Amino acid sequence: MAVSSPAFEPWSRAAFREFVDTCVVPYADDFDRAQEIPASLLKQVAERGYWGAVLPVSAGGSGLDMVTIGVLHEEIGRGCSSLRSLLTVHTMVASAVRRWAKAEALERWLPGLASGDALGAFCLTEPGAGSDLTSITTTAIRDGDDYVLNGTKQWITGGQVADVFLVFAKTERGLSAFVVDAADPGVRRKPIANILGTRAGMLAEVLFADCRVPAHARLGADGAGAMVATAALDLGRYSVAAGCVGILQACLDASVAYTASREQGGALLREHQLVRRMVSDMVTGVHAARELCRRAGELKDNRDPATLSATWVAKYFASTNAMRAATDAVQLHGAVGCADGHPVNRYFRDAKVMEIIEGSSQIQQLVIAEHAYESSGQP
Amino acid sequence: MSIEDPRGQIRGFIAGKFPGIDFADGDDIFALGFATSLFAMQLVMFVEKIFGFEIGNEDLEMSNFRSVDAMVALVGRARDTVAIGR
Repeated sequence: MAVSSPAFEPWSRAAFREFVDTCVVPYADDFDRAQEIPASLLKQVAERGYWGAVLPVSAGGSGLDMVTIGVLHEEIGRGCSSLRSLLTVHTMVASAVRRWAKAEALERWLPGLASGDALGAFCLTEPGAGSDLTSITTTAIRDGDDYVLNGTKQWITGGQVADVFLVFAKTERGLSAFVVDAADPGVRRKPIANILGTRAGMLAEVLFADCRVPAHARLGADGAGAMVATAALDLGRYSVAAGCVGILQACLDASVAYTASREQGGALLREHQLVRRMVSDMVTGVHAARELCRRAGELKDNRDPATLSATWVAKYFASTNAMRAATDAVQLHGAVGCADGHPVNRYFRDAKVMEIIEGSSQIQQLVIAEHAYESSGQP
Repeated sequence: MSIEDPRGQIRGFIAGKFPGIDFADGDDIFALGFATSLFAMQLVMFVEKIFGFEIGNEDLEMSNFRSVDAMVALVGRARDTVAIGR
């Protein structure tokens, strides 16, 4: 998988697309089947500077603006949602560490997070706690200059291969966030196989048993974990929304190509009006979702608090439309689309996961509606 | 720092988000029930954007955003830090 010489501006959609079309798309179904992204591809992502895209140049990153990061994550998502998921969680961790880690943790982890030498994973969800942060049971008990972590985290994307975990645990003062070395003897990981979608996301259950971390591993003040999580999840939601635009585009591309060449009853599928209705819905969905993501990204670049609600809307719209487009893409492909190893089969499974992660569609609906009441003076 | 009236700016931001809600500068807006941790993050972004500094690791604390008074104090401390650093 050699990377061709970049013929485009390195941070342009054309360059991202060339990378994805060369190094990701031809192999994505193999990754899905193997349930693994090869280390060689992770290295290529590093060589391109994509792991550290969100970090400023002064921190060793690529210093991309958020709109461009959205385009990058869209293009990666078009090729492989599993790779995009790894990029999502790494980006969440890298951003949180840069913003709120103390000097010791910054020195230790930021260079590796920027270069991709150290991959990050986000340890929030537990067997009994997903969107509800108050249900988290992992504890961090202060012991001298250390905290001792105990608990289990579930569905951790990249958990099999991450070098550093951002772990959320309850202290006496409330939910707090910690940077934890994955190689610590108090950390154990159990790979999760055969998940419905993002199957190459190398998910794991991560267990912390008397895992001792120094106090300077805490991000923000003691009890500020909900704020760290909110900021990180906003970034993750933005990435997922952008990745869903990529799924939408991939479904559209596959459907147009297939229906333009497949004959049924003496006519190409593209000649059927009901087929055209599905294609037109995909076209509309991809354009609308892309614009919602761009809007959310612009607000982030302007540091406008309205980006939080704009990102909920973008993620809700993009993920539900990706699911619809993937359903239609399988329908248009018929039995071919149901076959193991066909890309639309993978898009369908991946799209379903997008309606669940970083806040389920139902949580998004609650929050979006609540915001509507608040902003109209009827909280 | 881009403005000279942090109290007015902060009050205006909260009032704009929650029209019709009465609150005093010393009130805990989270205890009043209309603000959430999501709104806390909006407050962080607002303070950073309007007053031109990043909330550092030790300042990322809910108590700094519980009331108008607390946020005014946070902005004041940040201004002092900038002034000392000059």
